[in-house]
Amino acid sequence: MTDELLSIEGLTKAYPGVVANDTVSFTIGQGEVHALLGENGAGKSTLVKMIYGLVRPDAGKMRLRGESFEPNSPNAARQSGIAMVFQHFSLFEALDVAENVALGMENPPPQRELARRIREVSETYGLPLDPARLVGDLSAGERQRVEIIRCLLQDPKLLIMDEPTSVLTPQEVDILFETLRKLSSEGTAILYISHKLEEIRTLCDAATILRLGKVVGSCNPREKSARELAEMMVGTTLHTPDRTGRTMGEVALDVIGLSVKSSNPFGTSLRNIHLEVHQGEVLGIGGVAGNGQEDLLAAISGEVTTAPDAIKLRGQPVGHLGPNDRRKIGILAAPEDRLGHAAAPDMSLTENALMTGAIRQGLSSNGFLNWPASRKFADEIIKSFDVRTPGASHAARSLSGGNLQKFVIGREILQKPDVLVVNQPTWGVDASAAAAIRQALLDLAAAGAAIIVISQDLDELMEIADKFAALNEGRLTAPRPTKGLTIDQIGMMMGGAHDMEVAHVAD
Amino acid sequence: MIRLEKRPEPSKAWSAAAPVLAVVATMIAGGLLFASLGQDPFVAIRTIFWDPIFGEFAFYYRGQLLVKAGPLILIAIGLSLGFRAGIWNIGAEGQYIVGAIVGAGAGLAFFPSESFLIFPFVILCGAIGGGLWALIPAILKTRFNTNEILVSLMLVYVAEAMLASVSSGLLRNPDGQGFPGSRNFRDFPAAHNDYIIESAGIHWGVLAAFGAVILAYVLLTRHILGFQVRLTGEAPRAARFAGVNPTRLVVFCLVTSGALAGLAGMFEVTGPAGQISIDFNSGYGFTAIIVAFLGRLHPIGILLAGLLMALTYIGGEAAQATLGLPGAAIQLLQGMLLFFLLAVDVFANFRIRFGTREAA
Repeated sequence: MTDELLSIEGLTKAYPGVVANDTVSFTIGQGEVHALLGENGAGKSTLVKMIYGLVRPDAGKMRLRGESFEPNSPNAARQSGIAMVFQHFSLFEALDVAENVALGMENPPPQRELARRIREVSETYGLPLDPARLVGDLSAGERQRVEIIRCLLQDPKLLIMDEPTSVLTPQEVDILFETLRKLSSEGTAILYISHKLEEIRTLCDAATILRLGKVVGSCNPREKSARELAEMMVGTTLHTPDRTGRTMGEVALDVIGLSVKSSNPFGTSLRNIHLEVHQGEVLGIGGVAGNGQEDLLAAISGEVTTAPDAIKLRGQPVGHLGPNDRRKIGILAAPEDRLGHAAAPDMSLTENALMTGAIRQGLSSNGFLNWPASRKFADEIIKSFDVRTPGASHAARSLSGGNLQKFVIGREILQKPDVLVVNQPTWGVDASAAAAIRQALLDLAAAGAAIIVISQDLDELMEIADKFAALNEGRLTAPRPTKGLTIDQIGMMMGGAHDMEVAHVAD
Repeated sequence: MIRLEKRPEPSKAWSAAAPVLAVVATMIAGGLLFASLGQDPFVAIRTIFWDPIFGEFAFYYRGQLLVKAGPLILIAIGLSLGFRAGIWNIGAEGQYIVGAIVGAGAGLAFFPSESFLIFPFVILCGAIGGGLWALIPAILKTRFNTNEILVSLMLVYVAEAMLASVSSGLLRNPDGQGFPGSRNFRDFPAAHNDYIIESAGIHWGVLAAFGAVILAYVLLTRHILGFQVRLTGEAPRAARFAGVNPTRLVVFCLVTSGALAGLAGMFEVTGPAGQISIDFNSGYGFTAIIVAFLGRLHPIGILLAGLLMALTYIGGEAAQATLGLPGAAIQLLQGMLLFFLLAVDVFANFRIRFGTREAA
């Protein structure tokens, strides 16, 4: 286990205006589960792309088992025994599992032989998977297994996994970790990229922490607390959100038997959703992506209209109202997709402030726009939410993801909503900005607003939500208080391991 | 190695300079073209771009400039609203024809009345005719999700067939000895779109074009509707989130551009053209598409682009007459203008990097 497999010395890669990796050095031992930890934009992706031969370094060396290693294509990297499971899958939905695996191979064996080997690998490593099923029918967790098995068939020495658990339920995570531990015990090293600290603490033997392209530390994650890891990652002391000072008021938003057929043929239709949020309450809605989160936000924001009685604000039916009519009466929303949905990429921040602020901030009269007032509103958002930008006249797309997210959330919060729905409020946002956004949401609730937070980050929901419900294939579970909720219970609410039993790991 | 690199934000300086650079590049490439045809390039370029405004016979050409630019600007302003929102009305030529037919028909129905109400009524009917013609692709798009590019374009040919039919049938001049073509509006003062200042070429249609420029400018920069048009073009999902009703916006953009094209046709038929005839339309509806893009879909830009395009028409005709340049060479020159504009446009969003490796 201490034998050196891959050593990286002084890898540097610069892009225009940013040094993605600055003299990064670390080593991975054989059979070691090595975590690569860092915030978004810390340079994790660039680093693994260099190892996988997708990007060539500007300077520095890599050695694989003592020999010089300079992959110039993923193909070359694979031949040296390096495999990678990407965060986004590249699978064909209309083909079955075995056909998808065959497509990724240099010389695929006959289908029957391949199916036998897939079954073999899946049994050995406890990854239940039927080679004859269509990929389109598989859950995200099962699709990931296809990718993993595709890699395992190449018998890799180093398996790179990029944020593998972001699409999994807790039970599926357990299955995955069993597999990874077994691989590691057989001598396969794993480079595990994540920003989920608890996972890294349970799984990994060693961790290298990146910040702004540089290695800022390495440690044994089992000897550190999650908070210590987070602070190494961020470089500052994190403050825990303050949940105090809230009193629950009357029911603000009431959703009664909401069903919406998805406009997208591959989307998820909402089925018979019931929920209520009180003034001053934060309802957290979890669930794996693609289970109707976007549609739920659209139905509450008014982008999709429904029967009047399906949604009620303080007892008044509002289901038939469009987005602007709902803004008038206090229902605001911040969608997940920042560029193109929550904000117009090529428009200035002033124009983006006007986009949803026109009504409540009185930025127009008789249809005529008040630009000075819009500009003032944009400046106010930038100031209150510490949005880093040279000024409100700059295009939304010139902002980093985290800064734009602060702008988008800030824009809605400053309008003092009675009900606010946010989807993935801290997705792709660095830890300190995420903490600021969460605190702002809690402060808004303390001021009496009802808040629905839709998120795939369970830690986030546990941190700020009073009640938790899970969306699963367009159905919402009954909300339960987050206090005392165990991770197992959450997993069951999220739909378990998608009805797949945990396969027995062969000894 | 030369590479293009995306800018974090579009460069404002390049956006503004692009049309000027495009004109300069067109003059250079056009000059080379004329030289290869055996002409002195400097004389040819001067004949096209300079003489119509400052040359010996400028007094005649200057008036023509606004006569030609008026309908181009009027149509292009309407088209630019739709283009901004990603709604592609390619059939302005058809709306222009139908506006002319309905407007002329409405006027001729009252011949030979002298009521002062007739001309306003003709104007109204011209706008309604063009608007209704554009409403067809709007309804088909919003109801049945058809492609407005195809439908509006095909309706041009329907309109041309209608024009041929009415000019030899319904609207034929009863005193015209059986020749196709309607009565001439010069003989019908109550409906005649006469020059207001003849030497400058200003008639009611030119005034309408200037008015449209101002209204469009106010709409796009000061009004929520213009903001919604721009937002829809930039980010359709964001527009829906901001409360824009896509159906209403499609109808608004198509009908407005159709009405303006109809107005242009109506002012043309009752003014400079004088009568409905089989070949009354002269491609303004299509050229206006170039004008709209050359003007960056911006009202002031369109005003300038319309004047420039009119200049190449007039200068081109002069060059054909005096230098014997082939007409196709002039059309090439007009095409080059759009070509170079689109090419220079790339630099507003990208910058050139020389060298093989990117620096930090």
